[in-house]
Amino acid sequence: MSPRCHPSLYWNTHSCPTPSGLSPEKTEPLTVPRGASPCHIPTSRLQGGWHLGPRSILVALLGCHCNSTRSPASAALSTLTWCRHDDLKEMLDSNKDSLKLEAMKRIVAMIARGKNASDLFPAVVKNVACKNIEVKKLVYVYLVRYAEEQQDLALLSISTFQRGLKDPNQLIRASALRVLSSIRVPIIVPIMMLAIKEAASDMSPYVRKTAAHAIPKLYSLDSDQKDQLIEVIEKLLADKTTLVAGSVVMAFEEVCPERIDLIHKNYRKLCNLLIDVEEWGQVVIINMLTRYARTQFLSPNQNESLLEESAEKAFYGSEEEDTKDAKAEAASLAKRKPYVMDPDHRLLLRNTKPLLQSRNAAVVMAVAQLYFHLAPKAEVGVIAKALVRLLRSHSEVQYVVLQNVATMSIKRRGMFEPYLKSFYIRSTDPTQIKILKLEVLTNLANETNISTILREFQTYIRSMDKDFVAATIQAIGRCATNIGKVRDTCLNGLVQLLSNRDELVVAESVVVIKKLLQMQPAQHSEIIKHMAKLTDNIQVPMARASILWLIGEYCEHVPKIAPDVLRKMAKSFTNEEDIVKLQVINLAAKLYLTNSKQSKLLTQYVLNLAKYDQNYDIRDRARFIRQLIVPTEKSGALNKYAKKLFLAQKPAPILESSFKDRDHFQLGSLSHLLNAKAVGYQELPDWPDEAPDPSVRNVEVRGTPRCTWDILRLGHLAGVLGELQKVPHIPSLSDSEESGSSSSSGTSSSSSEEEDEEEEEEGSGEQSEEKEGEEEEEKRKKRKEKGGLRKASPGSAGR
Amino acid sequence: MIHSLFLINASGDIFLEKHWKSVVSRSVCDYFFEAQERASEAENVPPVISTPHHYLLSVYRHKIFFVAVIQTEVPPLFVIEFLHRVVDTFQDYFGICSEVMIKDNVVVVYEVLEEMLDNGFPLATESNILKELIKPPTILRTVVNTITGSTNVGDQLPTGQLSVVPWRRTGVKYTNNEAYFDVIEEIDAIIDKSGSTITAEIQGVIDACVKLTGMPDLTLSFMNPRLLDDVSFHPCVRFKRWESERILSFIPPDGNFRLLSYHVSAQNLVAIPVYVKHNINFRDSSSLGRFEITVGPKQTMGKTIEGVMVTSQMPKGVLNMSLTPSQGTHIFDPVTKLLTWDVGKINPQKLPSLKGSMNLQAGTSKPDENPTINLQFKIQQLAISGLKVNRLDMYGEKYKPFKGIKYMTKAGKFQVRT
Repeated sequence: MSPRCHPSLYWNTHSCPTPSGLSPEKTEPLTVPRGASPCHIPTSRLQGGWHLGPRSILVALLGCHCNSTRSPASAALSTLTWCRHDDLKEMLDSNKDSLKLEAMKRIVAMIARGKNASDLFPAVVKNVACKNIEVKKLVYVYLVRYAEEQQDLALLSISTFQRGLKDPNQLIRASALRVLSSIRVPIIVPIMMLAIKEAASDMSPYVRKTAAHAIPKLYSLDSDQKDQLIEVIEKLLADKTTLVAGSVVMAFEEVCPERIDLIHKNYRKLCNLLIDVEEWGQVVIINMLTRYARTQFLSPNQNESLLEESAEKAFYGSEEEDTKDAKAEAASLAKRKPYVMDPDHRLLLRNTKPLLQSRNAAVVMAVAQLYFHLAPKAEVGVIAKALVRLLRSHSEVQYVVLQNVATMSIKRRGMFEPYLKSFYIRSTDPTQIKILKLEVLTNLANETNISTILREFQTYIRSMDKDFVAATIQAIGRCATNIGKVRDTCLNGLVQLLSNRDELVVAESVVVIKKLLQMQPAQHSEIIKHMAKLTDNIQVPMARASILWLIGEYCEHVPKIAPDVLRKMAKSFTNEEDIVKLQVINLAAKLYLTNSKQSKLLTQYVLNLAKYDQNYDIRDRARFIRQLIVPTEKSGALNKYAKKLFLAQKPAPILESSFKDRDHFQLGSLSHLLNAKAVGYQELPDWPDEAPDPSVRNVEVRGTPRCTWDILRLGHLAGVLGELQKVPHIPSLSDSEESGSSSSSGTSSSSSEEEDEEEEEEGSGEQSEEKEGEEEEEKRKKRKEKGGLRKASPGSAGR
Repeated sequence: MIHSLFLINASGDIFLEKHWKSVVSRSVCDYFFEAQERASEAENVPPVISTPHHYLLSVYRHKIFFVAVIQTEVPPLFVIEFLHRVVDTFQDYFGICSEVMIKDNVVVVYEVLEEMLDNGFPLATESNILKELIKPPTILRTVVNTITGSTNVGDQLPTGQLSVVPWRRTGVKYTNNEAYFDVIEEIDAIIDKSGSTITAEIQGVIDACVKLTGMPDLTLSFMNPRLLDDVSFHPCVRFKRWESERILSFIPPDGNFRLLSYHVSAQNLVAIPVYVKHNINFRDSSSLGRFEITVGPKQTMGKTIEGVMVTSQMPKGVLNMSLTPSQGTHIFDPVTKLLTWDVGKINPQKLPSLKGSMNLQAGTSKPDENPTINLQFKIQQLAISGLKVNRLDMYGEKYKPFKGIKYMTKAGKFQVRT
């Protein structure tokens, strides 16, 4: 669709209150001669007709300005708005660059502060072709910010960018494409599309990188272009330079993450380039490859997956069970056909491992999640050390890493056990970090280390941070439920806490004790008795309520005390909080059912009090319970079942980590962190049952011996590349012809020589293929250096 | 990826906003303010906040919140790491990163942000490249600029982005060629009441300041590389070489950078260079408490401990403290209840101590908890792990550079429980 088909465009120009500063008299001499001057889109450079579209818009637009007679009203209006920034406008119109610069700086400062500077648009846009590079840059900043709001006027700048796209200097081409694709004016979609296509086959990798960046921009502007954009992505994915790789995978993820088939042919290349890609690109590529691997390879733990459930049971179990597991595992291994890891799967694992050493926390996390999701169980351990290292970083990084460690530590506890002490809490940690560390410590607790962990917890309980203390008590409760051995110790400790002065601590302890007692009430009537005594002192409503519930629930274990407690509570009933009152009624009802002789009158009394309570919940409850338990002529059939209703076996609450099922989200993702699917989250697929055809990843490289990849797959990447360097006549991985010879001479070339090469390339417009060859060459040289195989360098003399 | 960035100061003003895609109204920050209100302290604001249409990821540094707005799934660490990189870049550019500094240099800040992200995806984050694109403001340059009307924007093009060593700018020239390496080790420790070590580990970094002409290729080797248990490198370090020979081989960036950070393996027992004797007592009956701490050297290998600073967060019940230090100065802030004692050097013959009494709130019972004591100190000329650099060699250039190596040990998160 040609932009010319938009008649509305011209109308908009009239109707919008264009400031009078852009009067026809002024605009015409400013822009038209530029359009006509020989330096502006020289016709010799016009290859193909695609320039005509936008240019004609421009001409048409200017024509409109010339011919239109402005309505006086709109002129007046615009003068008003204009006055505000009159001085700026004047400065922008001046001939001096320094004045223009000053004005632009002030405008940018306004934008930065969030002030509206949109009415200056016409004055600013005129300077888009300014020779001064800083003015130009600031104008670009302004354009990208406001072009969306002033679409018609923004078109005035397009021709400048189009000219830039044809510039012999790659950096100018790139920056022109960058701004052109950033101004978000739907009408130039066709121009953008053409520009991206052109740039995607540019000989400079930097321009190609910019093209890759432009793809998601265009896609968000007009998603109808998807098919065409996928073509461009496919082309760029085949690019062999590290500069492009990260950006194009990012574009792939935003435009067509479902087209996993596009990756096949590039899979091995991406794996091999990975280490040299810039850090941000690495993150994107690793995340994408994780998803890819999940669809293409078989689970390395498939033999164990059957046993997953039994392993789960043995999770907090004893060592013996573990060994049993191992035996069962071995048995099932024998039954099934042996699993052989796809060499490509291995390649990915091997090539990502060094990145655990990255200084960038995001890269480390990306590799960690890759290993967690893809590596055989035995190999996952390597990531623990790196993740623990990240705990030294800023607290925000700690926060994210700890969340992920918490999830991992549930599935793979052994991995983090050696680093237990790294999760010890310092009083200076922010509360949210403390609570996460506590979570990890609890997950790591087992029979052997529980005593140290509990000793730590004892210190934490004395902390000044009460939220943290409450979390610690919960953690103790979880340890006690999970590890039977220490249940009594924990319970005693918690009972001691009941005499703590802090309400929160007491309440939390009571609640946790209640949960623990529910698991084995028979053995603990002593504690229940102790808690019954506490009702005299404890004032925290939640705690009182918990105690009353406990006594009611287990009144059979404390037959003498329970009616007495009810008697006391009946006395103080009117002064209690609502939740306590409800529990008093519950207690009364349960006692009435089990021990009606002693408590009949008390229950009646309590119910009568409740009947006239101010709170309707309590009145309702009293009425309901009275009908249910006190047999009258009117009461129905339910009466018979009252005992069953009230004294039913209640299952003990299961205290488990809130991170338990988080691992169905890809680790390290935003969705995992929020425990909710974020917009645009790509589900991590399950392993396939049958491996898809691995041959799709085979790459037919013209003139390259087939064996190359096989050797690579055996894992001697560096060695092979070294070999290639030594034997000049073997064609390189690229299809360039001359790379072999330059490689033999180039081994000793210092980096400065490489610089020279580059400048040469920049000047002379060589064939893009040759260029690529050279880049490949540089690439290999660099990789070779990394591999420590620098023969000519004196540095490796001792090798 | 990253849609917008808002910078918010301590008093809750948005003083800078930058959008890389369509403009996101600053009202989105209301959700952030809400979360801020809920969290009592700045550091407790959750780094990730979910709102109906956006997700807000923030970092808090130098009393400024850097809040990034994103709309779709993206690894949270990616954004957080990037925001920290932004702060580091500002620090690198302006020396300090503060609200005033950012406001004063708003144009440079804006230009830098523009270069760092393209459509929300990181483009140039290496300080060497950025500095080539946009020159950092210096006093001299500001003066020259006002006179001549020239600018901060580099007139050359960022060739670094195209080179095979993207972290190093090209055409570097110095008259004095020098390379300095600082080996800095930090001890993280928790010491319990009785003085025994609960956990102690050493984390080290090697910070470098390299000012060398041309494209030097450096190798750095250690006497005892086995000490290094877990390392992370600057991207310039050749990983394979480290794996095979335990040698750091790299083409350095120009200027200051962190070459390496490492962790010393847990098997090695950490020598704790200081001890703290403390006696902090709250008595149940009276409203007075005793407070006494003494700091002394332990295993210092004959070096002096300097820059000692003791801080302790006292319980809420403490109204005031009347203390006398044997050396240094001390401050007790009755509002935040933070006690700070700037000790200075430790003289082993005359150990510094701080003694006195605490006034407790009358009528309330004694606090449950004893305060923890946080310690800071420095020891020059010593790497506590015993790590030693063997030699530094340069290849690829003809001249002879001046080389310097400095060791230092510091307290990291060093805590004594009482």
